[in-house]
Amino acid sequence: MTNAWTDIKNTDLVIVMGGNAAEAHPCGFKWVTEAKAHRGAKLIVVDPRFTRTASVADYYAPVRPGSDIAFLMGVIRYCIENDRVQWEYVRNYTNAALLVQEGFGWKDGLFDGYDPEKRAYDMDGWDYQRDDEGYALTDPTLQDPNCVWNLLKKHVDVYTPDFVADVCGTPKDRYLKICEMIAECSAPDRVMTSMYALGWTQHSKGAQNIRGMAMLQLILGNIGMPGGGVNALRGHSNIQGLTDIGLLSHTIPGYLSMPKDDEVDFETFMSTKLNKPTQRGQTSFWQNYRKFMVSFQKAMWGDAATAENDWAYDYLPKLDVPYYDILRFFDMMSKGQVNLYFCQGFNPLMSFPNRAKLTEALSKLKLLVVMDPLQTETAHFWENHGPFNDVDPAQIATEVLELPTTCFAEDEGATVNSGRWLQWHWPGATPPGQAKPDTWILSNVFLRVKELYRTEGGPFPDPILNLTWDYEDPYEPTPAELAKEMNGRALSTLYDPTDPAKVLVEAGQQLPNFAVMRDDGSTMSGCWIYAGSWTEDGNMMARRDNSDPGDVGLFLNWTFAWPANRRILYNRASADLAGKPWDPARKLLEWDGERWTGYDVPDISPTAKPGEVMPFIMTDEGVGRLFSRKGLKDGPFPTHMEPFESPVPNALNASLRGNPVARVFSNDLEQMAGIADPDFPCVGTTYRLTEHFHYWTKHSRVNAVLQPEFFVEISEELAAEKGIRKGGQVRVWSKRGEVFAKAVVTKRIRPMLVGGKSIHVIGIPIHWGFMGAARKGYSANTLTPFVGDANIDTPEFKAFLVNIEAAEKGPLA
Amino acid sequence: MNIDLSRRGFLKLAGAGVAATSLGAMGFDAAEAAEAAHVRAFKLATTTETRNICTYCSVACGIIMYSKGDLKAGEHAELIHIEGDADHPTNRGTLCPKGSALKDFVKSETRATQPRYRAAHSSEWQEITWDAAFDKMARALKDDRDQNFIEKNEKGQTVNRWLTTGFLAASGSTNETGWLTYKTVRSMGILAFDNQARV
Ligand code: SF4
Repeated sequence: MTNAWTDIKNTDLVIVMGGNAAEAHPCGFKWVTEAKAHRGAKLIVVDPRFTRTASVADYYAPVRPGSDIAFLMGVIRYCIENDRVQWEYVRNYTNAALLVQEGFGWKDGLFDGYDPEKRAYDMDGWDYQRDDEGYALTDPTLQDPNCVWNLLKKHVDVYTPDFVADVCGTPKDRYLKICEMIAECSAPDRVMTSMYALGWTQHSKGAQNIRGMAMLQLILGNIGMPGGGVNALRGHSNIQGLTDIGLLSHTIPGYLSMPKDDEVDFETFMSTKLNKPTQRGQTSFWQNYRKFMVSFQKAMWGDAATAENDWAYDYLPKLDVPYYDILRFFDMMSKGQVNLYFCQGFNPLMSFPNRAKLTEALSKLKLLVVMDPLQTETAHFWENHGPFNDVDPAQIATEVLELPTTCFAEDEGATVNSGRWLQWHWPGATPPGQAKPDTWILSNVFLRVKELYRTEGGPFPDPILNLTWDYEDPYEPTPAELAKEMNGRALSTLYDPTDPAKVLVEAGQQLPNFAVMRDDGSTMSGCWIYAGSWTEDGNMMARRDNSDPGDVGLFLNWTFAWPANRRILYNRASADLAGKPWDPARKLLEWDGERWTGYDVPDISPTAKPGEVMPFIMTDEGVGRLFSRKGLKDGPFPTHMEPFESPVPNALNASLRGNPVARVFSNDLEQMAGIADPDFPCVGTTYRLTEHFHYWTKHSRVNAVLQPEFFVEISEELAAEKGIRKGGQVRVWSKRGEVFAKAVVTKRIRPMLVGGKSIHVIGIPIHWGFMGAARKGYSANTLTPFVGDANIDTPEFKAFLVNIEAAEKGPLA
Repeated sequence: MNIDLSRRGFLKLAGAGVAATSLGAMGFDAAEAAEAAHVRAFKLATTTETRNICTYCSVACGIIMYSKGDLKAGEHAELIHIEGDADHPTNRGTLCPKGSALKDFVKSETRATQPRYRAAHSSEWQEITWDAAFDKMARALKDDRDQNFIEKNEKGQTVNRWLTTGFLAASGSTNETGWLTYKTVRSMGILAFDNQARV
């Protein structure tokens, strides 16, 4: 989230699209209710189903799964055409005026320079025209045909209301009404917030869905505003934290990148990360990259990381592909290329697509280790559970270890909420049986591996032998020790660069913030964005002062928010060019003539003069990007793409299948239905229910009672067409597998008119499996396709093709 | 909005039948005080309170856990109740159907409670000690890394990676667990490393 749950109360308009907050994030959604009750805010819901959120909305419209980009580009077109633009914001705080290189173009659903063999664009021209010093050329009058604004206007031209209605299946009058409601928020004193979740990410073009909304919010001037922003509701309790700490194939804590093969030494690695400003006088905060990177290497390898050995740069593994994400790794596993796999609190057999392929892959491992508080399906994948897990243990050679771990009630530490608050929690229960903390288990394994390397030797043992491990009890590092390590400390005394007599931080002390970090090896920090979370004043994440000066919903003394305890990102943009709040009634920050003052920690240097230093300090332009340059593989603007399994051809280009630059493995492509495949006429989409959390709550008796068994949701029209009765058993199948379920026949889903034909949507909740207290059931991922988003490979769970029939005599009977 | 008098202190005071005068001082009138004076002691008054955060979604509601026994005092602590934390700015005491039933998750009959091992082709689990499990994992890791670690690619560039072992981390676990996981996994050269954020 750019903002926070508690900030939603400051909004005038909430758009929930790509999520179902009332159902999946109920206690956060209460802030929408608060805004409606106390500010008269309105709520719009755009979703394939009339969801629980829709049931309390002021306005609802259906949208076909996987067509959101067309909808959003249409709204942008509407705003431009009707002059509903926050002009001062767009001119000054976005890259609207910057000139793009000649020759940038888009035609028939593709940007210029597409190579179908490589499934990639030539991205060279996706950049600005520059002067001799490398600064971008601009046209503040927005007349130049190559300025971002004019290119955007041209790009969205095709998304007329008729086009949107035809592609999205949204009735035109409903769509136009929503455009009108959104467009009102272009006024400087009207603010919209966007709340989305997996409904936008789980597509082969998920990142572009979100970009579409980010662009719209820039055009409306809603980024940085109280009650505004682009707000990812996020999933698990610490999904934000694990992303921050970089537990992903291609990242280093604090959103740094893992090095690639060609980055042969530290200087080569750094050469692409200098982040020189592209406009004069701008902050371009990532110019500090080197300080954060060196501090990270010092946290990992201490004295073994020196200037002479490139800060132990060789200790980091190098990537020969963009990342070894889960889809790629399961594909490798299915080909017999993987031997050992560890699953820590993660149940991939339920949560990744094409379950048959997952089972096949796990069966080819030598050893599978599962560390979890619960007995998961993954740990038990080799057990026969009748139709719910139809395998023969005798045929499966994989050895399995099931290791019991503690859960939240029994452990201590911080989890990070969607609003980036690091909230500390304390243990209050004795772990059951032999359950142990993950830290104890990992330490025991690691120290044994280290000992084997010490005694036996082996390939490149240095990063293992030299890993910092100065915990009081090496077998049980405490949460406090680990938290302090992430915050970082001074390794030698730090002096003020402007006044060398002045000591900033004594050697050995915790760092107060990331501003004091150095690239000379005198500071260490495991995760630079967490600097300030555990300082010499103690554990800031454990703070519990819930006062809220100004009643702005920020709670600055409640726990700690990264970065620097800032609660609203880009908050400098809540004030105009002169530093006055756009909306005096919604003041966040203000320029007092000398510095920024107000309720939040300024997201800019406190003395950066308004009018000179622009608000988007993390970009090298200093402004928000309507044109994202080379940031995303599938284009600098979002363009309409169909899901890989689509009920209609792409209206822009019938020969395109899915996202033209998404990675797809050939054997998976064979297992996908064709475009408008007559054998699979219905669109399947998966989702969560308020009573359940993924595959955990089926182990909880109360939740198992509340929603005991697997069902699918279909419209009355589809039920009539197929002779399916309410509560009857149905069979749903895709090209990858079949499931049997109870049919919930409902008015909440209606057929949609798309490309002149009526399309049925089938809703498939995800929560059942063969372990736990709930009735055993089929799992939704039996059906879903093995393909992900082009930029990050989040699987396409929200739009795929299935068929359905009544099956009264099926296995559930 | 902070409740100065701790909930537990209040319950002790109100439920344990103390003199009406102190209840009067707390804003109860005499009739209410008399009523309160003879009600049974509230069950939670004898428990230990612990502040925690709901483990499910990233709204991250504040919760209060009530246990019999005090972990901090080295006692066995049995969780008996969980409720929303009224002091928490996000949820202000409310919990959804998942958070309200957290205790059933902690006490689920299908919690894993014992290290277990499944041999190749077997249809049964067998119990294993932690020590034996650690030795098995360490040996498997060492052998696999020794056999498959790649120091240089075809171009002769130093790559120091290991691709035949992978690790999935838990986004329901704490930052501190995440950081220790990061350190151990990366230092061994593993690149197949992900968490639920990928989904
Ligand atoms: S109680 Fe519900 S809304 Fe609150 S954190 Fe838990 S799952 Fe999320």
